[in-house]
Amino acid sequence: MSPLLLLAARSAWNRRLTLGMTLIAVALSVTLLLGVERVRHEARNSFAQSVAGTDLVVGARTSPVQLMLYAVFRLGEATHNIRWQSYRAIAENPAVAWSIPLSLGDSHHGFPVIGTSSAYFEHFRYGDAQALAFSAGKPFAEIFDAVLGAEVAARLGYRPGNRIVLSHGMGDVSLAEHTDKPFTVVGILAPTGTPVDRSVHISLEAMQAIHLDWQGGAPLPGLSIPAEYVRKFDLTPQEITAVLVGLKSRAAVFKVQRDLNTRSAEPLLAVLPGVALDQLWQVVGIAERTLLAVSAMVVAVGLAGLVAVVLAGLGERRRELAILRSVGARPSEIFVLLTAEGLFVTVLGALLGAALLALLTALLGPLAQAHYGLAIRARWISSDELALLGAVVAVGLVASLLPGYRAYRISLADGLTPRL
Amino acid sequence: MTSETVIEIENLRFRWSRGGEFCLEIPAFEVRAGERIFLYGPSGSGKSTLLGLLGGVLVPELGRIRLLGSELTRLKPSARDRFRADHVGFVFQQFNLIPYLSVVDNVLLSCRFSARRRARAMAAGGSLHDEAARLLAHLDLEEALHRQGVTRLSVGQQQRVAAARALIGRPEIVIADEPTSALDAERQAAFLALLAGECRAAGSTLLFVSHDRRLAVGFDRELSLASISPACGEGRAA
Repeated sequence: MSPLLLLAARSAWNRRLTLGMTLIAVALSVTLLLGVERVRHEARNSFAQSVAGTDLVVGARTSPVQLMLYAVFRLGEATHNIRWQSYRAIAENPAVAWSIPLSLGDSHHGFPVIGTSSAYFEHFRYGDAQALAFSAGKPFAEIFDAVLGAEVAARLGYRPGNRIVLSHGMGDVSLAEHTDKPFTVVGILAPTGTPVDRSVHISLEAMQAIHLDWQGGAPLPGLSIPAEYVRKFDLTPQEITAVLVGLKSRAAVFKVQRDLNTRSAEPLLAVLPGVALDQLWQVVGIAERTLLAVSAMVVAVGLAGLVAVVLAGLGERRRELAILRSVGARPSEIFVLLTAEGLFVTVLGALLGAALLALLTALLGPLAQAHYGLAIRARWISSDELALLGAVVAVGLVASLLPGYRAYRISLADGLTPRL
Repeated sequence: MTSETVIEIENLRFRWSRGGEFCLEIPAFEVRAGERIFLYGPSGSGKSTLLGLLGGVLVPELGRIRLLGSELTRLKPSARDRFRADHVGFVFQQFNLIPYLSVVDNVLLSCRFSARRRARAMAAGGSLHDEAARLLAHLDLEEALHRQGVTRLSVGQQQRVAAARALIGRPEIVIADEPTSALDAERQAAFLALLAGECRAAGSTLLFVSHDRRLAVGFDRELSLASISPACGEGRAA
C-alpha cells in the first residue's frame, strides 16, 4: 500500500497550486473551529477560576448573573448598592466566618478600582483555593495607599512608590479625576489569571475620602477638602456594592442564603457562585453553540471545496488512471489513491489549522488578556480540541470517498483506454 | 495446448451490452512464445476491445482466453489485475507516461504493482534503478534524461520510456497498441527496431497492433483482425 500512498502524494504535489488553495481553506476553517472552542473553554475556565472558597455573593437585588458579573468578574456596573448597616449585619451573623466588602465605581486608565478591607488579602481565594500573594510591597495601611493587580502594574509600568490618580466612573475617557487626592502604590499582587489582575485595590475609607467633596458624580462647586484633612471626617462608608461571604460551615449555606434573601432590612440578593455560574453558562451556551455550529459549517464548506477540486481534476486524470490500470493497478487501488488524496489534504489542513491556532494564541493571547481579561495561553491541544480535529478528519475521509468512488467507476468503465 | 502457447483464444464472443451486436467473435487464435505478431486492424475494428480482453479489464460473454496456460476468464477481477501486472507490458498510442513522475519512476511503475517483475528486474540489473537505466540506455535515452520530468521529452523519447516500462521485469507478453502513430516515418522504423530487439532480448512475445500495414516489416506473422474475427467488418463500430 505504501507505494500507492507515495504515488498519491506525488500526484497531489503535481497539483499543488489548486490543492494548496483548498488546503489553506481547510486549514483556516479548522483554525476558526479550534479557535472558537479554545476561546469558549478558556472563557469558562477563567470565569470558574475567578472565585473559590466563597460560599455566597451578596449584593443589591438584581439578577444572579448580573451580580456575579459585577461583583466577581468586575464587568459592567451595579445599579444599586447596599447599605453599610446591611453589611455589618452580614459580617456579624454568627454563621459567617469572614466577609469581604467590595465597593466599585471608580477606575484607573480603564482598570476597575475596588474599595475593600484587609479581609480581601486574607480571605480571597481563586483557582484551586489559592490565596493572593504579593510580588512586591504589602497591603494598604495608610489612607491613600493602593495595591495593584499584576496586569495593571505590568501594563502601566507601575512600581511601589509611584503616585497614581483615580478617575471617577468607569471607562477610559473619564470626565472627572480625583487629582486632589493621589494614591501611592504600596503593593503589587502576583498574577492570578483572574479579574484581580486587572483591579486597583484601595481601602473603603479611601473610597469614602475621595468622594467627601463629591455629590451626584461631580465635585461640589466651591467645596474642596484637602487630602491632609480627610482624617478629620468620619470615613465609614454609607454604602458598598457587594459582599463576598465565607461561612463557618458549608452546610449552613442554604439557610443563610434564605435568611439574607428574605429577612434583611433592605432587598438583598445572596447567590451561590457555582449556581450563578451555571445560569451564566446557560445564557452564554446558546451563543457558544451557535458559534461552534457556524464554524463547523465553515469547515464543511472547506471540505466541500476540497471534494470539488479533486473531482474536477479527475477528468484530466483519466489517462493517468488508465496507465495505472495497465501496469496492474486494481480499481480498488485507484479508489484508495483518490481517497488518500482528499484525506491527505484534510489531515494536513487539520494539522496546519492547529499550528496556525498555536501561532495566533501566542501572538494575540496577550492582546485578548489586555482587552477582554481573557487568559488564552499557548498550550497543547486539549482532548476536546483533539476530538474536534478527529471529527474534521473523519468527515474529510467520508467526503473523500466520493472522488475515490468516482475514480473507481471511471477506471472500471475505461479499462485501458480512456474515453475522453 | 503446448507449453509454448502464450496466448490462446477459443470461441470468444464479446459485446458491450446484452442484446447488442457482438463486436468480437474469435473462433480460434494462438500466439506461441517468442513470436512477434503484427495485428492489422483499421480504427474502430475492435482492437481496443481485444486489448482490453487480453489485459483482463474486459470479460467475454462466451469463450476462453488463456494466457501462459492460465485461464484468464476464470480468474477473479483482482487476480486478472495481478496477472496483467506480472505478465503483460503495454505500450499505448500516446500519453503513456505519468506527468508527475520522473523518467526512471515511470519505468519503475510496472515494478510497483508486481512483486514478480520487481524481483526479475532486480535479478537482471542488480538494482531496480540500474535495470531501468540499462533498459533506457538500450532504448537510446541518455543518462542525463533519466532524472528529468517526462513532460520535457519529445514524443519519440516518451514512447521509448513507455517501451522500457513495458519491458522491465521481462514480462512474457508485450502488447503495443499503435505506439508509433505519433512519430514520423523515419522514427517509426527506428522505434520498431528497438522495440522488437528488446523484446527478443527479454524473451517476450510481442503483439503489435496497428492500422498501418507499412509497419509490418520484420514480424514473424502478420494477421488482420478481420481474419481472426470475422464478425468485425471494416468500419464497424467497436
